[in-house]
Amino acid sequence: MASALHVEGGFKMKHTKMSSEISTLERTRNRKRNLIPALTMAGPVTIWMMVFVLLPLIYVVFISFMQRNTFGGIDYHFTTANYTEILQPVYLKVIWKSIKLAFLTTAICILIGYPLAYYIARKPSKLAAKLLMLIMIPFWTNTLVRLYSINLIGQPNGFLSSFLMKIGMISKPLDILYSDGIVVVGLLISMLPFAILPLYASIEKLDKAYLEASSDLGARPAVTFLRITVPLTLPGIVASVILVFIPSLGMYYVPEALGGGKVMLIGSLIRNQFLITKNWPFGASLSILLVLITLLMLWLYTRIAKLDEMEVV
Amino acid sequence: MGEQAEHIVSLIDVDKYFGTNHVIRKFNLNVKQGEFLTLLGPSGCGKTTILRMIAGFEDSTKGMIKVQGERVEDKEAFERDVNTVFQSYALFPHMTVFDNIAYGLSVKRVPKNEIKARVKEMLELVQLSGFEGRRPDMMSGGQKQRVAIARALINKPKVLLLDEPLGALDLKLRKQMQIELKRLQKKLNITFVYVTHDQEEAMTMSDRIAVINGGVLEQLDTPDQIYKYPKTKFVADFIGESNLFDGTVLEHAGDVVKMTTEVGEAQLQICPVEMGKEGTICVRPEVMKYSKTPVEGFTLSGVIKNMIFVGSQYRTLIVMDNGYEAKVNRVKPDKEIKEGERVYLYWDLEDAIGISAPC
Repeated sequence: MASALHVEGGFKMKHTKMSSEISTLERTRNRKRNLIPALTMAGPVTIWMMVFVLLPLIYVVFISFMQRNTFGGIDYHFTTANYTEILQPVYLKVIWKSIKLAFLTTAICILIGYPLAYYIARKPSKLAAKLLMLIMIPFWTNTLVRLYSINLIGQPNGFLSSFLMKIGMISKPLDILYSDGIVVVGLLISMLPFAILPLYASIEKLDKAYLEASSDLGARPAVTFLRITVPLTLPGIVASVILVFIPSLGMYYVPEALGGGKVMLIGSLIRNQFLITKNWPFGASLSILLVLITLLMLWLYTRIAKLDEMEVV
Repeated sequence: MGEQAEHIVSLIDVDKYFGTNHVIRKFNLNVKQGEFLTLLGPSGCGKTTILRMIAGFEDSTKGMIKVQGERVEDKEAFERDVNTVFQSYALFPHMTVFDNIAYGLSVKRVPKNEIKARVKEMLELVQLSGFEGRRPDMMSGGQKQRVAIARALINKPKVLLLDEPLGALDLKLRKQMQIELKRLQKKLNITFVYVTHDQEEAMTMSDRIAVINGGVLEQLDTPDQIYKYPKTKFVADFIGESNLFDGTVLEHAGDVVKMTTEVGEAQLQICPVEMGKEGTICVRPEVMKYSKTPVEGFTLSGVIKNMIFVGSQYRTLIVMDNGYEAKVNRVKPDKEIKEGERVYLYWDLEDAIGISAPC
C-alpha cells in the first residue's frame, strides 16, 4: 500500500511538481491532526490492556521464578526450579495428554466443521444467516449446564446406556464417563462453533469462478477440492485450528465435569496448583508454558497468513 | 454426418429457466469448425448463459447441446473438450504463472518434462516468456489476460469459449488484444465462441455474429451482412446507428416498393414485406440525405434541430413532425442550412432496408 502511494506520488511529480509537494505537506499535516483522535479511541483499550493483561502477565512471569514457602505463599528468592519441575515425567505426561486431546479435538472440529461450513456458505445468504444462527443458539446455553447434561447422559445408568441396552446393542452399561473419549466429546461441543465461523467466512469469500476454472481445465471435484478449495481457504482453516486448539489445551472445566479428576489435563493442573496445593510459582510456570505454546501457534499463523496475503483477496 | 462434423458446436431448441425466469428461448445455433463466432447482445440478454451451458457450468432446461456431434448435456464441465477464458480471468491466486498454465495438464497427469515444454511453448505463444515464476497479483490486466488464454489453450481444446475477456482492459490495450486474439485464432485454427456487448469489437473480430436479445437469436450472419441487411428492428438499432420509420407497404411496383409512414411516404428497393403488411424502413445516417425541396416519391419532412461535430463527422439532427429525431451524418459541414429550417428527407433507393414487423 505504502509503496503504491509512493509510486503514484513519483509519477505525479513528473507532471506537476507543485501538486505532489502539496500532497506530501497535506499528508504530514493530516497525520498530526489524526494523532489526537487516534489516542482517544485507542487510549482506553491500551490502558485496559496494560492494567488487566500486561501487568498480571508480568506478575505471573515474576512469580514463576520465585520460591514457594511452606504456608502456600511466595518467597521472593530467584529460582528456575519451577521450570525444571515441569520436566518430571508425571507432568510431561499431563502436558502430552493435553496436547494429544486438544489436537484430536481440533482435528475432529475441522473434519466436522469444514463440510458444514462449506454447505452453509454455498446457500443463499439469507438462508446461510439462518443456518449459522442455528449453530449459535446452543451456545447461549450455559456451558456447565451442557457439560453436566452430557455427564448425565453418559452415566452407567444414564440415557445412552439404557437406550442401547434396550435396543439390544450392548448387554452391560457403557463405561464411558470419566474417559478421554467423553472429555473430547465435551471439548468438541464447546469448541465447534469457533471452528465453523472462520471456516464459513473464508469459504464464503472463495470466488466460484476458481472452482469453475479448475473443472473447466479437466479437474475432477476431488482434485479441485484439494488443489484449489483447500489452499484458498487455508487462512480460515488455520484460524479455526488456533481458535479451537488454544482454548482446548487450557480448558479445565471440561475435564473437571466429564473426566471427574481421572483425566488430568494441563488446565486442571494449573488450577490445582493455584487453588488446592497452593503452589503459585509452579502454577505460574505452567501458565507461562501455555502462553508460550499459544505464541508459537500465533507465530505460525502469521507466517501462513503472510504467505497468503498476496494470494487471496 | 458430413454436415454434423462441420458443426463443432450445435444448440438445438435450447431453453433455459432460472426459477420462473425464461432466459433462453428456443435457441438454435450451429458453430462451424474453425470460425470466430461472436455472441453479441446487451447485458442480460443471455449470451453468457449460452456460453456457460456450452462449457457445462449451467444446465439447459430443455433442448440439445452437441460438441463435435456428440450430446454433452449429461457431461460435467471437466469431461467436456472445451475450455473457457473467464471475464474475471479466474487465475488461481496461490499459483505461479507456470502452475496456472500447467494446471490443465497436471490434473491429467501428463509427465513433468512434457508439461514444461508445453508451458514454455504457450508462454511464447502469448509473448510472456520469462514470467513463469510470477504470481497473478503481480501482473497487469493485459498480462493476466494472456495467462488466462494460455491456460485455456494448453489442453488443445476443440472450442475456446471467451466470456467478455477484454471487458476489464482500457481502450488501447483492448484494441491491441483484439488483434492478438484474432492472430492466435488464425494461427491455431481453433474455433472461438466469443461473448461481448461491444458491437465494434464484434464487428472487427468475428467471422459471424449472433445477435441476441431477450434470450432470442435475432440474427446470425457475417458482420457486413448484419450491418447491411439487419433482419429485425433490434438488430438495425443495436448494430451501428439507424433511422427507423414504421409504416405499411402500399405497393410493389416492379423494383420499387412504396411505403407510407406516420411522417410521410417513402420508397425503397429491398423489402421482404408484402403489400398491405406493416414494416419498418431502416436508413443508416451516412446514407441519409436531405434537400430544401421535396424529392419525387418522398414526402418525409422535418425541421433542422442542430448540427454537431462528433469527432470524425458532422451530424445533423432533424425533428420529424411526430417528434422522432432523424440523424444525418456528413463528412463536411453543410453551411447552406440554418436551425429551424424545414427540409425533406430522401435516400438512394438501394440504401434503405425494409424490415418485417415482428409476428
